[in-house]
Amino acid sequence: MSDQSKRFSDLGFPLPALHRRDFLGLSAAGVAASMGFGAQAQTAGAVPPPPAKRAGQVVLGLSQEPKAFNPLMPGVEVDEVIWTSVFSSLWVAEPDGTLVPDLAVSVPSEENGGITEGGLAWTVKLREGVVWHDGAPFTAEDVKYSLDLIMSPGFKARTRVGHDLVKDIVVKGPYEISWRMERAFAPYLAQLANTHIVPKHILGKAEDPNTAPFNGAPVGTGPFKWGERRPGDSITLVANERYHGAGPYLEGAVAKYIPDMTALYAQFRTGQVDVVIISGIPANYYEEAIKLPGRKVAVAPSGNIEVIMPNLEHPAFVEKAVRQALYASINKQAIVDSIYYGVPKGTESFAPRESWAYNPNLPKQEYDLAKANQLLDQAGWKRGSRGVREKNGTRLEFAVSTTTGNALREQCQQLMMQDWQQVGATIKISNMPAAVIWGDFYVRSKFQSLLVGTAFRTGLDPDPASRFASDAIPAKNGNGGNYMQWQNTEADQLMKDGQATFNQDKRKAIYWKLQEIVREELPILPIFQYAPLEGIKDGLVGYRPNINARQNAWNMGSWYWAR
Amino acid sequence: MSGFLIRRLMQAVLLLFIVSMIGFAILHLAPGGPLSQFAASGEMTQADLDRIAEQLGLNRPLPVQYLEWLWRMLRGDWGVSYRDQQPVLKIVTSHIGATMELMLTSTLLAMFLGAWIGILGAIKRYSLFDSLATIGAMIALSIPTFWFGLVIIYVFSVGLGWLPSGNRYTVGDGSFLNQLHHLIGPCIVLALVSTAVWSRYMRSSMLEVINQDYVRTARAKGLSERYILLRHALRNALLPMITITGLHVPTLLSGALVTETVFTWPGMGRLFLDSISYRDYPTIMGILMLTAVLVLLGSLIADLLYGLADPRIERSGQ
Repeated sequence: MSDQSKRFSDLGFPLPALHRRDFLGLSAAGVAASMGFGAQAQTAGAVPPPPAKRAGQVVLGLSQEPKAFNPLMPGVEVDEVIWTSVFSSLWVAEPDGTLVPDLAVSVPSEENGGITEGGLAWTVKLREGVVWHDGAPFTAEDVKYSLDLIMSPGFKARTRVGHDLVKDIVVKGPYEISWRMERAFAPYLAQLANTHIVPKHILGKAEDPNTAPFNGAPVGTGPFKWGERRPGDSITLVANERYHGAGPYLEGAVAKYIPDMTALYAQFRTGQVDVVIISGIPANYYEEAIKLPGRKVAVAPSGNIEVIMPNLEHPAFVEKAVRQALYASINKQAIVDSIYYGVPKGTESFAPRESWAYNPNLPKQEYDLAKANQLLDQAGWKRGSRGVREKNGTRLEFAVSTTTGNALREQCQQLMMQDWQQVGATIKISNMPAAVIWGDFYVRSKFQSLLVGTAFRTGLDPDPASRFASDAIPAKNGNGGNYMQWQNTEADQLMKDGQATFNQDKRKAIYWKLQEIVREELPILPIFQYAPLEGIKDGLVGYRPNINARQNAWNMGSWYWAR
Repeated sequence: MSGFLIRRLMQAVLLLFIVSMIGFAILHLAPGGPLSQFAASGEMTQADLDRIAEQLGLNRPLPVQYLEWLWRMLRGDWGVSYRDQQPVLKIVTSHIGATMELMLTSTLLAMFLGAWIGILGAIKRYSLFDSLATIGAMIALSIPTFWFGLVIIYVFSVGLGWLPSGNRYTVGDGSFLNQLHHLIGPCIVLALVSTAVWSRYMRSSMLEVINQDYVRTARAKGLSERYILLRHALRNALLPMITITGLHVPTLLSGALVTETVFTWPGMGRLFLDSISYRDYPTIMGILMLTAVLVLLGSLIADLLYGLADPRIERSGQ
C-alpha cells in the first residue's frame, strides 16, 4: 500500500488508504483542533448580509451515503445531515454549548421554572405557528408522540438514554407539554437537542413505524423539505418557504455521495462539490488543499478523541504504573508532526477542547523513555529474555488493534511499537476491518488494546458515565460503553453527582476533577482530539463547525452565497 | 428440448438453494455484524444495541434465521434493509438502471472492438498489428482497474479537464449529452479489460476455424477472401462467443465493484460493497440471489442459443 502511495505522490496525486473510508466516520483524516474554521470565518472581514430572496444551492460532498431518514431510528453522522435540515428539535446546541430554543419557546431550567422538584418535573412551552412540510400544524401532541414512540416496545429506536427515565407525559395544551423524570438527569437537556420531533399525523397512522413509507420520504418542520433521492448518488432538499426560523436562504441543497475520499477531494477541487464535511479531506492533501484558489480548507474540531484504549482486565494493563510508563513512551509530537502533517494538537483529556467542561490544567505528557523505564523498574517489572519485561510470570506483551486500511493509524502503531519495545514491552499489531473490530470484539471487550477515535460523552452532554462508570461494562453485564472495563469508586460518585445537578458551575467542577482522575489513572491513553479537514467554496457564508452537533451541516438553514 | 429445459431448471433450483445456504452461513459467520457501525460512535449504549439486535432477530439461532429468510424469499418478500429501513427489492431495483447503462455501453464497445481486433489479429497472424494487439491485451489484462481508473481521472479530469471526475450526471443537469459525457471515463476503464479478453477469445476461436478443411475448400472453390471470412469462418468462430456472452450477462446487472466506486457510479456494484461494509444482511442476500439467478439464466440461455445456432448440437432429450 505504501509503495502505491509513493508512486502517486510522484505524480503529485498522492493516494491515501485505498479503503475509501472508515465507515464509522472515524477517518484517517481525523486530526486535532488547531485554529479551526469558526475563528477563521469570523475574522475574515465583514460578513455580507443574507440575501433578501432565496438563491442558489449548495452541494455537500459526503463519503458515506445518507440512508436512514427516520431521525429516531439508528443512523450514523451522514444521516444526521438530512435530519438536522429536514427536522427540528426542541432546542439546538450552539458551538459554545449554549442551548438555543427551536421548537420550544425557551429552554427549561431551574431559573425559569421549566425544571422543578430538583430536576424531577419538566415543563416545556412550544412555539406557536410552526407547520409541518405538508401544512399540518405542529403541536404538543407531536412531541408526546415522538417521546412515546422512542419508548414503545417494538420500535427500533436509536437510543433510549434519558428517554427511559421519562414518565407521565402530559399534553397541557396545544403548545405546552410536561413530564416527570424517575431521577434527576442533567444530560437529558443535551439529549433532547439531538432528538428530532416526528409528525404524529403521519407516522402515527402507519401500520409499523419501523417500515413506514415516511422513512423513505420524511416530513419535518426543518428549514429544508425532502426533495428527491437518487439512491447511491444524491439527495436533493428544497427550501421550506414556511420555515419558522430565519432562512433558509438557499433554494436547495444536494447531499452528494462520493464513496472514494480521493475522488471526493478531486470533485471538491474541480468545483463539482461545494462543501466537504464529516470524513473531510484526507490529511495527506492538506498542504495542497490549503493553497487551492477559491476554497477555504481548515481543520474543524470534533468531539472524538484518538486514544489507546487498554483492556484493563488484560494482565499487562492491570497496573497503573505500566499504563503511565506506556503513556510516557508515546511520542505524541512525532505522531502529530510526521504522521498527521502537523495539523493536530495533542490532548490530555477525554473531553473536547471546546467543551465547557474541558479542563485545560491537566499535567502535560512528556515523551521520556528514561522515565518510563524507571517507572517500570520501580514497579518490579524486570527485563527477561530478549529484553521483554516480566513480573510474577506475566510478560509485558499485548496486541494493538485498529481498523484495517487506515494508513495513518497503521503508521501510528508502528511508531508506538518501536518506542514501547525500547521500554521492554513487546507488541503485536492485529488489525481488522471496521465491521469486525467494532462488533463483539469491541463491545464485549475481547481486545487487548485498541487505537480508536471515539467520544466520551452522553450524546452532546459532557457526562462520560456511559464510558467510564463501573456499571457501564458490557462484558460484565453492565449497560454502557466502558469497554476498557475501568472501575473507580471515586469516579463513579463524581459521575453520579454530575448527572444529578443542573448547575453548570457545579458540574464543571465535578468534570474537572474527573478529568484529573482519568489523567492520573489512565484508563485511556489520550493522544489527540479529532478534527477532520473540511473544505468550503469561497463565498459560502454561515458554515460554523460545531462539536455539539454530530456534523457541520447542522445549521444549513442559515447558509447563503455572498454576492 | 423441453426435457432438457426441465432438467436444467431443476438443477438450477437445487443450485440456488445451495448458494443461498452457503451465502447465508458465510455472511453470518463472518465476524462483526450490522450493529458495529453504531457501536464505535459511542452514542448508543449497550442496552440500545442489544435491544435492536433483539428486534432484528439477530440473536436467534442461525438455522431459524435462515429458514425465516428462505420462507419470506419464496413468497417474494426480499426483506427490509437494516441500513435503509426500506424493502430490499426497492433498493436493488433503484440501482439497476445505472449499472445497466454503464455495463451495456462498455460491453457493446468491448465486444465490437474486441471482435475486430481478434479477427484482424487472426487473419494477419504474427503481423505487427497482431503482435501489438497481443502485447496490448496482456498489458490491459494486467492493469488493476482501480489504478487505471485513477489515472484516467488524473489525466482527463484533473489534468486536462476534459472529463468529469465521476458521478452519473452533473447536479442540476441530467441531459442526455451530460450523461454521455459522464459515461466516457468509466466506460473506457471497463471496456479496456473486456476488449482485451474478447479479442483474445475471438482471435483463438478464429484461428481454429480458419485452418479448417471447409475453409480451404471454400478457398479452392475460388470464393473471395471476404466472403469466406464473413460467411464461413466468422459464423463458426462466433459460436464459442455465445457461451462467453451468456456468462457475461450477470455482470450486466451485478455491476463492477471497483470501477463504480472509483467513478462514484451509483450502481449495483457499489451497493453490494456498501452493504457488505454495513453488514446489511438482507440486501447482500438479495443481490447474491439475483446474481446467482442471472448466472444460471445466462448459461441456460447460452446453451439454448448454442443449440439454435449450431445444428450439430443435439439435445439428448429431444
